[in-house]
Amino acid sequence: MANVSFTFNGESISTNVPDNTLLVDFIRETLGKTGTHIGCDTSQCGACVIHINRESIKSCSILAVMANGQDVTSIEGVSNDEEMHPMQQAFHENHGLQCGFCTPGMVMTAIELITNNPIASEQEIREGLEGNICRCTGYHNIVKSIQAAAKVMAEK
Amino acid sequence: MYQTKYVRATDTNDAVTKLNDEGKLLAGGMTLIPTMKQRLASPKTLVDLADCGLAGIEDLGNNLRIGAMTRHVDVETSNSVMEGIPALAALAAKIGDRQVRNRGTIGGSIANNDPSACYPSAVLALDATIHTNSRDIAADDFFVGMFETALEEDEIITAISFPKPSAAAYSKFPNPASRYAMVGVFVAKGDTVRVAVTGAGEDGVFRHEGLETALVRSFAPEAIEAVTVSSDELISDIHAPGDYRAHLVKEMTKRAVAACS
Repeated sequence: MANVSFTFNGESISTNVPDNTLLVDFIRETLGKTGTHIGCDTSQCGACVIHINRESIKSCSILAVMANGQDVTSIEGVSNDEEMHPMQQAFHENHGLQCGFCTPGMVMTAIELITNNPIASEQEIREGLEGNICRCTGYHNIVKSIQAAAKVMAEK
Repeated sequence: MYQTKYVRATDTNDAVTKLNDEGKLLAGGMTLIPTMKQRLASPKTLVDLADCGLAGIEDLGNNLRIGAMTRHVDVETSNSVMEGIPALAALAAKIGDRQVRNRGTIGGSIANNDPSACYPSAVLALDATIHTNSRDIAADDFFVGMFETALEEDEIITAISFPKPSAAAYSKFPNPASRYAMVGVFVAKGDTVRVAVTGAGEDGVFRHEGLETALVRSFAPEAIEAVTVSSDELISDIHAPGDYRAHLVKEMTKRAVAACS
């Protein structure tokens, strides 16, 4: 067993799990936060993207114990009870999803993208999504959503 | 994934000690963890190098020294790399996807020596030196074969030194699904010209003598036209047969040379 201790969505957590526990399984099954999805489980699809120290990471491709001492944020940690994150709101308003399975990962990747590059061009947004796969929307509305969120985030 | 024991090393000596029991070194884990998930690797111990202080980029004037645990994203965005060897920053920016670049490391990439990885071509073309915990290895001696390097079982890469070239460029024809190079060519011009090809060789990355000779004579895309690139010993798979890869080697070299000027 390995001790896993890190900050998760602003709160300190510490618990013991088998060493080979993947971070995504730890978040979903040990912490019970199921907003982070498992899509392909082979590092391709990006449904499991979370943030470690505000950088996007595929949580199916690292062990929970590797995140020790870090600041981990899942989709549940980007909003508060009253309002959604501007990126989530923009996906809602611009029909940036159909089935919604890829959405948590898309939103996490998009938040990092716009935080690092507030004036990202359409091309940069499309390239920035290379690690996230959506099989419903053809990406057009996802790109539109991110562009809309970028404007709102710039005003905040 | 089979069971494993995860430990963190405090320095390379500690890592060597901890490797003892059928252990494997863990850098960013972007290859090793997925490989373990597929049960293609089952180390008894994973020795994480995260706390060994091996990350960082130093500008030493004539060369750049990049720590083994330096992530792709840090090479991609480093001012020293963008100024000193912009082709290396551009190469790092096109490895995998954003999430891979946020974790994957240069040391991990070259120690793994995937035949389609980007970094080995830069290390070989730029005539870099690989520093380990016990010695320095020239790039020409480092890459031995597919997934094989000159590293001993308990040897750990600590840094890679890249001499700054007068011109260099990397041109990659990525597999559209994986972003790995179907063919990638790194051309570096200094006192001489070195051309390293990744993604194509059955034995991994290699230098192409014919292309180098032609480019020493005349450093221009047209100089490549007359060079024959044989498909012998090139990878043939579902993505591309060897003769297509041979064609791509010439084409990517032309593009890299054009990008140098």
